Amino acid sequence: MNERFDAIVVGAGPAGTATALTLARGGWKVLQIERGEYPGSKNVQGAILYADSLQKLIPNFREEAPLERHLVEQRVWVLDDRSYIGSTYRSPVSSDAEPDRYTILRAQFDKWFAKKAQEEGVLLICETTVLDLLREGERVVGVRTDREQGEVYADVVILADGVNSVLARKAGIRPELKAGEVALGVKELLFYSQESLEDRFGIQGDEGVAIEMVGKITRGMVGTAFLYTNKESLAVGIGCLLSDFRKEKVPPYVLLARLKEHPALRPLLRDGEMKEYTAHLIPEGGYKAIPKLSGDGWLIVGDAGMFVNSVHREGSNLAMETGRIAAETVIELKQAGEPFTERNLRRYRQRLDQSFVMKDLRKYQHVHEVLDQNRHFLTTYPELVNRAAETLLRVDGVDKRAKEKEVTRSFRKHRSYRGLFSDAVKLWRAFR
Amino acid sequence: MRGPNIVVCVKQVPDSAQIRVHPVTGTIMRQGVPAVLNPYDLFALEEALQIKDRLGGRIVALCMGPPQAEAALRKALSLGVDDAVLVSDRAFAGSDTLATSFALASAIRQVGQEQPVDLVFTGKQTIDGDTGQVGPGVAKRLGMQLLSYVCRIPILDMDSQSIVVHRWTEKGVQVLKSKLPCLITVLEGTSEGRFASLPEMIRAARQPIRVWNRQAAGIEDLSKIGLKGSPTVVGKVFAPSRRAERAECIEWEQDQAEKAVSLLWEKIRARQPELVEKLSGDNGGENGQERVSE
Ligand SMILES: Cc1cc2nc3c(=O)[nH]c(=O)nc-3n(C[C@H](O)[C@H](O)[C@H](O)COP(=O)(O)OP(=O)(O)OC[C@H]3O[C@@H](n4cnc5c(N)ncnc54)[C@H](O)[C@@H]3O)c2cc1C
Repeated sequence: MNERFDAIVVGAGPAGTATALTLARGGWKVLQIERGEYPGSKNVQGAILYADSLQKLIPNFREEAPLERHLVEQRVWVLDDRSYIGSTYRSPVSSDAEPDRYTILRAQFDKWFAKKAQEEGVLLICETTVLDLLREGERVVGVRTDREQGEVYADVVILADGVNSVLARKAGIRPELKAGEVALGVKELLFYSQESLEDRFGIQGDEGVAIEMVGKITRGMVGTAFLYTNKESLAVGIGCLLSDFRKEKVPPYVLLARLKEHPALRPLLRDGEMKEYTAHLIPEGGYKAIPKLSGDGWLIVGDAGMFVNSVHREGSNLAMETGRIAAETVIELKQAGEPFTERNLRRYRQRLDQSFVMKDLRKYQHVHEVLDQNRHFLTTYPELVNRAAETLLRVDGVDKRAKEKEVTRSFRKHRSYRGLFSDAVKLWRAFR
Repeated sequence: MRGPNIVVCVKQVPDSAQIRVHPVTGTIMRQGVPAVLNPYDLFALEEALQIKDRLGGRIVALCMGPPQAEAALRKALSLGVDDAVLVSDRAFAGSDTLATSFALASAIRQVGQEQPVDLVFTGKQTIDGDTGQVGPGVAKRLGMQLLSYVCRIPILDMDSQSIVVHRWTEKGVQVLKSKLPCLITVLEGTSEGRFASLPEMIRAARQPIRVWNRQAAGIEDLSKIGLKGSPTVVGKVFAPSRRAERAECIEWEQDQAEKAVSLLWEKIRARQPELVEKLSGDNGGENGQERVSE
């Protein structure tokens, strides 16, 4: 086929759609290709949407995007086997400010977002898988799809095909995923009536709650769990490093089942009707795992480029941000009449380095290593703090000073003072 | 000889595989349920496309629904349909099968003004309403011969304006011959779907979909559409209770297969005597019954 496009975007997740939309606004002729039946069909996880990156693209998104609830309360829980200790931050959105975090159902959100891009002129085709990049010498000049007469050409190809990015791997752009660089997240969607959710969480209207969890629920594996409130459902999930799952040989669904049975969660989840169970990879390698981001005729955005901040659970916003910046880079080049050579496209990386995306990822680049090498953070400490709370709170005729001593002793028994001190330093370094 | 001018009626429905019934109120919970092209309509589309492959002509996909039902038409376009019309108007809200067939018939008449319509296809039913009434309703209103539950179309002759179809009935297959124009509701499993080429996909993504409101669809009489035109009253919606019966496991030792079979037979006989009677009676008999009618 001889039709040519200015750009081909592979994938219609948040990264691909942000790219396509920005390019179309710049007057480009864009073809976007998605493997799923519709955008979001392969992407069912309930999730938190951070407003900022979307707002830059669609300022009035609050009026029309399919949003579930805006967060007014965020809880962080440290769990041991039967109890939890945690903090709660609650702040109703003041009348003069707009909420900045929402829960969404990706299947609906992605579809809406893609629709906005189509309205800008993006040509989206679904149920079509890109199999290969077409090259002339080193330069990427188009893609080959699984359909008949399936080759199509463009001046630049943007890979937004998600964490697996078979394309990037096949093309030798990205090394094989390492099991220590990706987490496997499993999630369930449980349905309730709106009133019942409002009662359970003390919320009303569109207010929502997010609970992030760490501790013994991951059985010593590096990972976290979450519970988000949607309009009429709860998303509950847990994710751990793939390498840990392999080593510990715990099936992910067993881990999720145990989480749901935890005394802290069971009452919140009771009588739910399960609708879907999904599993998905999350790039967790952070800064160090970021591959080469562009070359002759191609750029890589979103999860495909491993852009996820696992400490703050940010992914879709980094996807949109990298997508927009990639698009702006090529638009500028074209306006300046410069070709999409490897050298010119390096400007994408340079712009990213100036943005919060790279700054944040750089900040947390050691977190995983520290956790990986100090498993007691994930097992011993949660248990100790929970027991300490119990000791201090129980009124049982033991005087308070003796209780404090008991707490100190329990910590000392598991870690020396030096150990405790160096742990504190390590953590501070990793998260500072 | 010109190729046939075909209209295929399609509907966008919630994916029933993902629908849940509210445990308390018994109503259907549509939240988060993706919409798909009614699966039965895919077979109608495929029959129409095969005719076009053989004889040429033109296919118009017609859909009544809200603006987002456009997705169903987009899919039809990608499969090779030439033109797509979305009949969409707030006035249609609340339409039952009677009102829907009125609106569709009227829209088909409008399509016919561009070029006379030879064939109208629909799926055998939708997966959300499951009534199977809209196709026959449209046929009646247009005065077209109705050919329902069709599983094969061996002959379509534009010269003599006639068609021969195989129609599935409980007793067997009927072979029916009819004059054109006619309306055909297509049985599932009649064909394998097709996979459009990339250029076709691009064409479909690009092609504008015509949206007709009430007036454009040629509807004057407001009392015939929407809630007003819908005499159906839904008395009660409820989820049937789960069946108490459970699967039963028949255990048998090796080399005792025959014993196991007769045990199974006994169990079936105990539960469904009519079925056993029928099965033993039918043995070896000629199953199909053929009839030609005009
Ligand atoms: C359990 C879980 C919870 C999460 N929670 C959050 C959260 O709360 N907040 C947050 O911001 N992020 C969260 N994330 C991360 C977030 O989902 C991702 O970072 C985000 O989806 C990345 O967007 P993307 O567009 O790069 O990739 P994706 O959303 O994965 O999109 C890639 C698209 O490309 C398509 N595709 C792939 N290969 C091909 C091909 N060869 N041809 C054509 N199409 C192809 C896919 O079908 C897919 O639609 C979570 C992830 C998981 C797994």
